[in-house]
Amino acid sequence: MVKEVLQKPDSFYDEFVRKPGTNPYSTHYCPGCGHGVVHKIIAEAMDDLGIREKTVFVSPVGCAVFGYYYFKCGNIQVPHGRAPAAATGIKRALPHSIVLSYQGDGDLAAIGGNNILQAANRGENITVIFVNNAIYGMTGAQMAPTTLIGQKTTTTPLGRSAENEGYPLRVSELLATLEAPVYIERVAITDAKHVMKARKAIRRAIQNQVEGRGFSFVEILAACPTGWKMLPVDANKWINDVLMDYFRLGMLKDKNGAAKPAEAVKKESLSTPTPETIIGILGEKQGPQDAYSQPVTDANFHNPRLKISGFGGQGILLLGQLLAQSAMLSNYCSTWLPSYGPEMRGGTANCHVIISDKHIGSPMVAETDVLIAMNLPSLDKFEHDVRKDGVIFVNSSLIERKVARNDVEVVAVPATEIADELDEPKVANVVMLGAYIGYTGLLSAESVLAAASRVVKRKEFMDINKKALTRGMHYAQKHKPQIVEVTA
Amino acid sequence: MARVFVKGNEAVIKGAILAGCRAFYGYPITPASEIAEAAALLFPKVGGTFLQAESEIAAINMVYGAAATGERVMTASSSPGISLKQEGISYAAGSELPMVVIDVMRGGPGLGNIAPEQSDYHQIVKGGGHGNYKVLVLAPNCAQEMCDLTALAFELADKYRNPVIILTDGFVGQMMEPVELPEPITELPAKPWAVAATAETSGNLISSIYLEPNELELHNKNLQEKFSNITKEEVRYEEIMTRDADLIVVGYGIVSRILQTAVEEARAEGKRVGLLRPISLWPFPSTPLQDLAQTAKAFLVVELSNGQMVEDVKLSLNGRRPTHFYGRMGGVVPTTKELREVIDGLLEKTEAFS
Repeated sequence: MVKEVLQKPDSFYDEFVRKPGTNPYSTHYCPGCGHGVVHKIIAEAMDDLGIREKTVFVSPVGCAVFGYYYFKCGNIQVPHGRAPAAATGIKRALPHSIVLSYQGDGDLAAIGGNNILQAANRGENITVIFVNNAIYGMTGAQMAPTTLIGQKTTTTPLGRSAENEGYPLRVSELLATLEAPVYIERVAITDAKHVMKARKAIRRAIQNQVEGRGFSFVEILAACPTGWKMLPVDANKWINDVLMDYFRLGMLKDKNGAAKPAEAVKKESLSTPTPETIIGILGEKQGPQDAYSQPVTDANFHNPRLKISGFGGQGILLLGQLLAQSAMLSNYCSTWLPSYGPEMRGGTANCHVIISDKHIGSPMVAETDVLIAMNLPSLDKFEHDVRKDGVIFVNSSLIERKVARNDVEVVAVPATEIADELDEPKVANVVMLGAYIGYTGLLSAESVLAAASRVVKRKEFMDINKKALTRGMHYAQKHKPQIVEVTA
Repeated sequence: MARVFVKGNEAVIKGAILAGCRAFYGYPITPASEIAEAAALLFPKVGGTFLQAESEIAAINMVYGAAATGERVMTASSSPGISLKQEGISYAAGSELPMVVIDVMRGGPGLGNIAPEQSDYHQIVKGGGHGNYKVLVLAPNCAQEMCDLTALAFELADKYRNPVIILTDGFVGQMMEPVELPEPITELPAKPWAVAATAETSGNLISSIYLEPNELELHNKNLQEKFSNITKEEVRYEEIMTRDADLIVVGYGIVSRILQTAVEEARAEGKRVGLLRPISLWPFPSTPLQDLAQTAKAFLVVELSNGQMVEDVKLSLNGRRPTHFYGRMGGVVPTTKELREVIDGLLEKTEAFS
């Protein structure tokens, strides 16, 4: 046993060559500082558990920022307070690794308070070493969330007051209220007896991770003689007599025997997908048979710029998507731009669709070739944007007034009534889409149904969509001559 | 290869997965949320990780941790969220970590609104975080480029060990267009510098701290050399009908699409207008602009901002040609007609000058 204590653990570098200065054998820590002891306990545990090569040590901002001077393992230095977040990214990327996230009290409890809370709550399978010395050490002894009431620091020169700064934060107790963490203990290193307990706790917290049990957290009360302006001996006495009275030592949570976290299990069981699998997941395969014909249309209906508008819930955006997607399946260029930003005012949902046999520049439709108005506010808002000789499709079930323009074609379709007849009021949009392709002949019904099959997954909806589309097409075709006469 | 009809935001995730990215850490924000939603749906299906972080700051630091292990990893947000991520991006640049960050810009300052703006140009292209660093910035203008440039971003990030940002706007993110999916990448570059929890990498260190001023200066000089190489190698842009143009219009993202239509219309009337569209905003296409200054009489920069990129155009031209600016803010997007009027007005003025 004596031999072990005198030896430097293998998980420390033999010489601290990353440390500037002339002495590569001593640490940069002040005399009496707790970090050196905690480092040694961790390194010995790494040795004993045989995990050095797969350990990733996460250094915080603060005095332990230079953890990588000493630990002979993978080292990642991270921004202030963010060690638990970075550790999450590391552990999720490398489930086989042992991630040791090391933080002081300012780093963990103040700026990083939410990060430690959330990592603990997710039950990340990591080990967090929390060194609590009731002060910001590196920046020059300012107040930390753990500074005691009355304790003088450089930012509480008259002593911390509950009125101004609130009460010292008991992080371990706070985390112990969470469901996910498996192990939380507070220890001290003020004498040999306490060091033995701390060794046991840190080893346990790392062992838990090795076994995939989940989030383990050890808080260590440690001295900062320089920051406290005390001799090391007095500093340890202050911890024993004063600090421990507020931060009680002991086990706060112990869920030993907890099941492996789902994440670890999931990662292990997944194999790398083949390129074919990935392509299958990302996109519908489109064979040559999927290129639909481009029916010959009247020049007035060619390369249309459409505005489609109605109220929320009428499936306005979907109508536009089906139209633009069936245009793509018919080898046209097409764009779909949803109502978005300032255009959302007025309670109408609308989208802009452009279909063209040429590359499309601006996806915005100002001057409109075709307006599909599913409700009255849409007609009010957009009828004057329609160009001369353009077409307005009006949902006559909901719009009673006449179109005020006499220089456009008007196609009145009782889309909502037809949808009601089909016992599915939701498909009024598809009825109108049918009327549009029936009237203009721009796209085939097959291409629209193919587009719908990409969007609509349930077969019973496909059947009703097909019916609605057909009804809309027939209605427009049947009424086409009369409607043109009426508007002429 | 498969052709899909998707939102620009979804195209980003498809491009990322095809480029071998297997981890996404994000936080919801309009108008970028579809990126996280697509990632939540698709990453687990390809054996990847999706995690909704507790904050934008946590997300970028999760990305930082994952990037340090050598994994291809990304996050996405919109302007206010990107402001929060800037510290993490500075750390990543300092630690030379490859990562891809998507910024779907919205209106600012402050909470602003969710409509498209291009007012993040300064915070993205000029820095945003602390320190002497640069990030590569790519500016897609369609869903296809949202996919392709995201895939390219991963390649560039690894090549230079540097963050790459896709700078786009609410319109390009929200609009749907056909996208031809590229072939999946099957071999990823080796990263011997990464901390991979293996015997070979157990001596590796990822850090941005250089305590000695001389060492930090040397680190900075090395970074500047890298940035200088990137400036030489990675300029990307598109020119449309510029060769005989009297007036060159300059715009990126959604603005370039509107400008293209305006240019085509003006050309149809016999007016000599051309479009230069920067695809890489950093490095900025200065040389092509200087070349065009030999033939063009004037330049017009259009942005959805108070005039941010125009500074780079002016720096590039260095006073050789008059450089005009037209900007809209607050989420107002100019129409083609509006830009035609600006262009026609300038053409008249330019003719009077010559």
